Amino acid sequence: MSTVFIAFQANEDTRPIIEAIMADNPHAEVEDQPAMVKVSAPDKLTINKATVEEVIGREFDLQEMHINLITLSGHVDEDDEYFTLSWNS
Amino acid sequence: MQIDLKTVNIEPKRKAFDHLVSRFGDKAASRYQEGSYDIQATENLHYRPTWAPEQELYDPNISRIVMADWHAFKDPRQYYYNTYVLARARQQEAAEAAFTLVETRALHQTIEAELGQTILDLLVPLRHAAWSANQNNVLISGYGFGTPFTQPCLYQGMDCLAVAQYLSRIGMLLGGTEALSVGKQQWMDGEAWQPLRRLAEDTLVVRDPFELFVAQNIVIDGLLYPAVFDTVIDGRFALNGAAPISMLAQFITDWSAEARKWADSVVRVAASESAANAAVIAEWFSEWSGRAMAALLPPIERAIGSDADAVLGQTLDDLKARLAKAGVTL
Repeated sequence: MSTVFIAFQANEDTRPIIEAIMADNPHAEVEDQPAMVKVSAPDKLTINKATVEEVIGREFDLQEMHINLITLSGHVDEDDEYFTLSWNS
Repeated sequence: MQIDLKTVNIEPKRKAFDHLVSRFGDKAASRYQEGSYDIQATENLHYRPTWAPEQELYDPNISRIVMADWHAFKDPRQYYYNTYVLARARQQEAAEAAFTLVETRALHQTIEAELGQTILDLLVPLRHAAWSANQNNVLISGYGFGTPFTQPCLYQGMDCLAVAQYLSRIGMLLGGTEALSVGKQQWMDGEAWQPLRRLAEDTLVVRDPFELFVAQNIVIDGLLYPAVFDTVIDGRFALNGAAPISMLAQFITDWSAEARKWADSVVRVAASESAANAAVIAEWFSEWSGRAMAALLPPIERAIGSDADAVLGQTLDDLKARLAKAGVTL
């Protein structure tokens, strides 16, 4: 089993994204590092636009997360509604 | 010699203020939480207000709604000063761009004179109704209890002023400054506007902040904006050649759709607290919605004719569905 991960700068903008990831991916693990948050999960990790919007209470464009994105690992599959990392695709 | 560089992660001793930890768990708090929860003054209010000695300065008992915790509310938009101002600044820029486009291309002159007059007659007097909505929301903010409840009301009050200003600008664009004085005259003396004016003035003397919230933000706004802007302006007049007005009113439609979500969430929290609360809200709703329906009918009827009844009826059904979803049985 291989692991995918995504790392964000730790700030006010990314906290709701992390919260949404954890709500949608119960198998994911959060690792707090200095000024950075890394979320890793076995095989697959999905960020859903709708969940982030629910947390922040406004419309959210998934592209907004790139402002705070540090790095990621895994194959990216994305459209307007979701952003998925996996090794299987 | 070899030097190893490694990072050391230092756990902060506290992730958030104690009162936020006890509410939301031991994790970093959002700015919205820091700026909203448990900052209502509750103790050491030594003196009662001289103008109302029967109440405390900040008194949860002014309202018939009883909450064990007035901090149970949450603004779904999570507005505190910073996010609110940023969001509105963005909308303001978009609205300015729309006004510039319409003005520079003279798009408003493509509207037929008769339809333009109908729009003026319908929209311009409404700026006075928006002003009373401003006053009401500021009163809720002043006399309500608990920042998560009162804070968004102050923003809502500001937004009502914005609505009034956009309506004034639409009026001036279509009819010059004279349109504003004619609008005021209609509001003061026009027969069609008197029921709405009376309703607005009656809400100005309601002292129960939650009743005022239901009357203004749920009932009046919940009927007026969907009926006038979503249905009449965007739905009908736009198809008849007045699409530029839809562009100019975009802040109003966007804002009212957004504010509805917040208003619904307030009702949902209060109604789920107790059956008594839900019953009180239902009582207020039936009292104010009857009056608001009767007050809104004449001006809308003047704008679109006999169809107004059906339009308002549909709007009322939608509003009732919103309340049912929020847990209020009517």
